[in-house]
Amino acid sequence: MGKVFAFHGGVHPPENKKQSTRTPIAQAPLPKMLYIPLQQHIGIAANPVVNVGDRVLKGQLIAEPVGRISASLHAPTSGIVRSIGPHPVPHASGLESDCITLETDGQDEWIEHQGLQDYTRLEPSVLIEHIRQCGIAGMGGAGFPTDVKLHLGDDHIVNTLIINAAECEPYITADDMLMRERAADILSGIRIISHLLRPSHIMIGIEDNKPQAIHALEAVLKGCELNIDIRVVPTKYPSGGERQLIQLLTGLEVPSGRIPADIGIVCQNVGTATAIHRAVHFGEPLISRIVTVTGDAVAKPQNFEALIGTPFADLLEAANLYEGRLFRLVMGGPMMGVTVAHDQIPVIKTTNCIIAASDEEMPQAPPEQPCIRCNMCEQVCPVTLLPQQLYWFSKGREFDKARNHNLFDCIECGACAYVCPSSIPLVQYYRFAKSEIRTEEAEQRKADHARQRFEARQARLEREQAEKEARRKARAEEAARAQQSRKNTEAEKAQSASDSAAPAASAAPDLKQLKTAAAVARTKLKKARDAFKNAEDKGLDGIDALRATLTDLEQKSEEAEQAFKAAEQAEAAAAAEKGVDLKQLKIDAAMARAAVTKLERALTKTEDEQARREMETELVEARKKSDALNQSLSEHSPA
Amino acid sequence: MSLIRLSSPHVYKANSTANVMRLVMLAMLPGILAMTVFFGWGTVIQIIWAGLLALGFEAVILKLRKRPVLFHLNDGSAIVTAMLLAVAIPPFAPWWMTLVGVFVAIVLGKHLYGGLGQNPFNPAMVAYALLLISFPVEMTRWTAPFVLNGDGWQIAPFLDTLKAIFAAADNLWYDSFTGATPLDEIRHRGGLTTEEAWRQSTVLSQGIGAWHAVSAAWLMGGIFLLYRKVITWHAPISMLLALTLCSSMFFGFDPDNYADPFFHLSTGATMLAAFFIITDPVSSATSNRGRIVFGASIGILIFIIRTWGNYPDGVAFAVLLMNLAAPFIDIYTQPRSYGHNRAKKGQGGKA
Repeated sequence: MGKVFAFHGGVHPPENKKQSTRTPIAQAPLPKMLYIPLQQHIGIAANPVVNVGDRVLKGQLIAEPVGRISASLHAPTSGIVRSIGPHPVPHASGLESDCITLETDGQDEWIEHQGLQDYTRLEPSVLIEHIRQCGIAGMGGAGFPTDVKLHLGDDHIVNTLIINAAECEPYITADDMLMRERAADILSGIRIISHLLRPSHIMIGIEDNKPQAIHALEAVLKGCELNIDIRVVPTKYPSGGERQLIQLLTGLEVPSGRIPADIGIVCQNVGTATAIHRAVHFGEPLISRIVTVTGDAVAKPQNFEALIGTPFADLLEAANLYEGRLFRLVMGGPMMGVTVAHDQIPVIKTTNCIIAASDEEMPQAPPEQPCIRCNMCEQVCPVTLLPQQLYWFSKGREFDKARNHNLFDCIECGACAYVCPSSIPLVQYYRFAKSEIRTEEAEQRKADHARQRFEARQARLEREQAEKEARRKARAEEAARAQQSRKNTEAEKAQSASDSAAPAASAAPDLKQLKTAAAVARTKLKKARDAFKNAEDKGLDGIDALRATLTDLEQKSEEAEQAFKAAEQAEAAAAAEKGVDLKQLKIDAAMARAAVTKLERALTKTEDEQARREMETELVEARKKSDALNQSLSEHSPA
Repeated sequence: MSLIRLSSPHVYKANSTANVMRLVMLAMLPGILAMTVFFGWGTVIQIIWAGLLALGFEAVILKLRKRPVLFHLNDGSAIVTAMLLAVAIPPFAPWWMTLVGVFVAIVLGKHLYGGLGQNPFNPAMVAYALLLISFPVEMTRWTAPFVLNGDGWQIAPFLDTLKAIFAAADNLWYDSFTGATPLDEIRHRGGLTTEEAWRQSTVLSQGIGAWHAVSAAWLMGGIFLLYRKVITWHAPISMLLALTLCSSMFFGFDPDNYADPFFHLSTGATMLAAFFIITDPVSSATSNRGRIVFGASIGILIFIIRTWGNYPDGVAFAVLLMNLAAPFIDIYTQPRSYGHNRAKKGQGGKA
């Protein structure tokens, strides 16, 4: 026996466990109809593989898992599938969900099945797949598919396996009775889990209000080769919470937002261990479980081994329900369970208890009173939160503050609401705040997504616009080039057609050069003349040579001048030929037309005879000019 | 079959605000009894008078605020406030002073802020502070303990006390039953050393026993509240420790000028404050750590005001000052939650 640690807070509600432990576990009667919800746990609903009208055998697969976190379903007994559709299910929302409805035929005929020969020789993955095929899910709390937790040995170093046998909620005795009667099965299940996870240490955490169960476990553990400790913890709610039990047994805390495997611990419930044992040794899928049926409104509170899908009504009948006394029907324990509004709701893999409570037993809470910050909630919170602060923040919709005060670490155990002298339904406020924050986050995500999509669309449109623009430009350039080449061809044609235009066109660039050459020649000639004059005056030598040079230069200058002049004339001629400037012509024509119009207008307005006559002459002149210009325009403008 | 749908948890501890208030009233009984024994019927009369006034004001203001009158009257919080005020004011305080006090406590101190659970200040202390500032003479003329009123047991007769409170009292008679409190004596001792003051003052040398007895009675009530888990130890113990530490330090260095720690703990309103006033949940800090800071600060402030302030006792002002600081303390004293490495400090944004 190792050291048992403690956790902050906790409460001691009346246990009410004695009522249902007086008789051994009974076999629940076979109901006429079984309703098997496709979704019995977090994760994705299973996918039905049978059709309406099919006859199925006990243990036959009727729905297969979808995705990793999902569990398969099997027919709890032989019968005919009557429908697959909505039916009330055990869920806090009270909404209906898809169920496979199986009409039992009373034969209870098993499908062929057998256990694994020697699981220790199998590959772990094969063994885990077998467990997955048997639809084993955690039977303590959320019903997490067990195979996912058994894989953990691959990604984490698991040094401690904790078997949760605390069962701290009042009223519930399903695990207690299971341990008393089937301790050997539990041990066998623990062996399988231990084979897969290879922990160095196994602890069974059990509350001290279950002495017979402790005895039974101790008896089967005698001579066991595994390193198993039974750790008896003081009775206090919520010792059975996974995180609280870990703290009790190891003194360690699971970091916020992480899983126990992150600190090397895996927890399994005793019921799950039994289910694994049956799956591995007998090949039986998870088709039944132990359910405590208790409360003041039943005459014979007891535990039943009930098929998954059994309506609560059948179990209540088996426990002799006093219908008149029934006030509320709770699925689960009184601290965390949910009330159900319908007695046709079926047992699922996580249904550990049904409490048929009378009005006196669980009266309605008195009306909510103002919070006086009495601090009692803080004293009992197992997570060391500040429940009253969270309450104020939730009520005032200060969700950021609530979150900063670790709202999401709240395990909704209800201890704070249990002790609140003002009867404030604290847990409801936290659920409200959590859901509001989740909604806000979802909306934020949606808004972000929408913004991203919008931005992406904008970018796409801009890109498309730019591409369009580029294409348009390319087309325009292409067209311009085509036009240019057409023009060039036309020009060539024109060149070949008119020879007279050619020298002008080719002379044009040379004109300037010729002018320069002529000027240079003139300057040289002038310098030579000056030099000759100077020599002549002073009677220098070589005067003959100078004269010859001068004559030569004179000749050259003459030539240059002539060449320039010729070029100039050719240019002028070309200009004269080209002469008819289309634009100028257009302007002139327009002006002439305008003058005509103006004169016509003036003429209509003038009364003086003399002036009229003059104007008429003028008009005739103007018309002649305009006509001539128009004529010329029509001749020169391209067709 | 039709069944009601209710949210978990489905069971509740048999507990209610009224229950909590009743326990507080029960815990006050020894203190009230001791005050009656040593200071006469004044305390009882004041409690009844203040209680009636409190219920009256509470009912009227609830009606004005259109709240269910009986539902809220039943929580007993108004009577607790009235009782705390009644034991804090001098037993011979005239009726109108109690009336003003209760009005201030219930109407101004509590309902103007939104009623039970919303008041930032301890309503009884708001009223007490207002009375002390407004009527310093009446508020500091305390009843003399019975031992000083002649030979043997002698407390003012019930009817005379009633008359003194509700009608103009005969001055001569009245004077013989009033006197200064030990805290007053120590404060207004002229140039005397503490020891000389003790020797010269009959209040200190003979009457102090009555104060010790009353303090012991409040302590008893406080232990009862701790035992019944109505209050936690954090605020009272830290306040008493802080007061003890401060007074020990100064007394240790200069016993001539400072009173000893036991004197601080056993006179004035120390014990009443520790277990009944600073433990008022509404106006104190929230977390356990916060309450330690809150209580310790009050202890230090009480010592400071008593020693260097202008008033003989500093409880009301110390409490009100720290009420003001409580939300601030809350921000910085969040406990470390399960699975977190350290406590969060400050308001912070996203977690």
